[in-house]
Amino acid sequence: MGDKTMTADEAVSRLESGTTLGIGGWGSRRKPMALVRALLRSSVTDLTVVSYGGPDIGMLAAAGRIRKLVAPFATLDSIPLEPHYRAARESGSLELMEIDEAMFMWGLRAAANRLPFLPVRAGIGSDVMRVNPGLRTVTSPYEDEATGVRETFVAVPALRLDAALVHVNRADRAGNGQYLGPDPYFDDLFCEAATTAYVSCERIVDTAELTKASPPQTLLIKRLHVSGVVEAPSGAHFTSCAPDHGRDEAFQRLYASMPWPEFAERFLAGDEQAYRTAVEAWHEEQR
Amino acid sequence: MSATPSTPPDAAPSLSASPSGVTRAEYCVIACAEAWRGDGEVLASPMGSIPSIGARLARLTFSPDLLLTDGEALLVGPDGTPEGWLPYRQHLALVTGGRRHVMMGASQIDRYGNQNISCVGDWARPARQLLGVRGGPVNTVNNPVSYWVPRHSARVFVEKVDMIGGVGYDSAAAAGPTAIRFHRIPRVVSNLGVFDFATEDHSMRLASLHPGVTVEEVVAATAFALAVADEVPYTREPSAAELAWIREVIDPAGLRDREVPDPRSPRDRGAES
Repeated sequence: MGDKTMTADEAVSRLESGTTLGIGGWGSRRKPMALVRALLRSSVTDLTVVSYGGPDIGMLAAAGRIRKLVAPFATLDSIPLEPHYRAARESGSLELMEIDEAMFMWGLRAAANRLPFLPVRAGIGSDVMRVNPGLRTVTSPYEDEATGVRETFVAVPALRLDAALVHVNRADRAGNGQYLGPDPYFDDLFCEAATTAYVSCERIVDTAELTKASPPQTLLIKRLHVSGVVEAPSGAHFTSCAPDHGRDEAFQRLYASMPWPEFAERFLAGDEQAYRTAVEAWHEEQR
Repeated sequence: MSATPSTPPDAAPSLSASPSGVTRAEYCVIACAEAWRGDGEVLASPMGSIPSIGARLARLTFSPDLLLTDGEALLVGPDGTPEGWLPYRQHLALVTGGRRHVMMGASQIDRYGNQNISCVGDWARPARQLLGVRGGPVNTVNNPVSYWVPRHSARVFVEKVDMIGGVGYDSAAAAGPTAIRFHRIPRVVSNLGVFDFATEDHSMRLASLHPGVTVEEVVAATAFALAVADEVPYTREPSAAELAWIREVIDPAGLRDREVPDPRSPRDRGAES
């Protein structure tokens, strides 16, 4: 079993500009923010980003790294609208493929299963079809048993990814990833749909440690999908990573209200250690 | 599990609340709860404070078989006891099986029930970016979808929505059998009244007014021509037991009043106009 541990900077150094990048988590929940911060420190740009969007989208959009976004929403959950995503959309600087939450899931599933598309009863009748003129439909080869009709469905194209970034609670050095919160989100699916996947985690542990206190179904991500493992304590900050840490609501409010250049200068100018120090210093000031 | 309605809290003193003491928010709770009446053993998915209070009230009283979530990945009883697991991946798949009745929000909704929470203005470069379509497109053609609008205005009840996320009756009909098959919008609840689509052409109809609201008020706050009968009933009164559930068990902190301030309260009058 190879040792796939690396730093966040090493992981993003393997990404090229123009790549199609899937980012795990959901909204402002368990986002691989340490990897996103490393991406912001790099020169990688012109990205196609595929995400159930949260501050990952906001930051990358604010920094001008996204050429095209594939998403059903972008939100900070406790703050409904992602401010930098909003600004990017309202300035027309972002190409968007806006699809429904379920279409998005089946698109990843198609990619993971090496299918060109999957048929869904979703999108039809909505403006998702108008704003995505490339979406095609497919007519069932079977007559429905109840209605006798051969129904027509939307053929969601496979959302194939060059690379995926996800953050989980624990991983071993080989890339087996474990989640300990209530929801796996779609992190395994992102890894399966991607050519390469980089998993950051709160703590790297020995393989035997993974199942000592937790049932085997917490082992979400299999090493055969994983190219790199990054230990990143609080690596989802300021998004939630139950049960290791909740969302840093106060800091998220700061992020949502502070002009981006100021935020980037104060918190993102240095490395991950500098970020953590700057966040701690800010919290100290609030006392 | 057994499906007997729970016993209401023993709250005799507070039951002196006369119907005139019922707040607008409480009529809204009742109107939302009624959306899930008769639904049986399905998942109730409310978005917003008042729909969530309504769903729990329905579960505790006349629709005891409903399933509720904790807003994360657990199915919970009305007291929060976990009874199941419903992560997003299962939730999105469950939608297409149809055993669910969701009540979504609407930044815009039109006369045929097309809903928009995506953006205002031209989609290509919106004047105001909102959430995105989220699950509206899949929800509306797979399971019943009701809507909740806490501030009824002509900017929400519009002639035509800017981006159709939730599919309305005219859009479903135009899209054909696949869209129509499981499409249904049982009701729209606002802070002014209850609306449905029980008209010949499935255009929106005023089904009931919350007590204290006039037809003129609703018509003035709606940008399209509503179907209005000669006699419009009032939204029903809550029972004493229902009021006790709402006030003492489900929402003692009064989240409902923050979502819909009572128009009779002088403090809120300025904010409403």
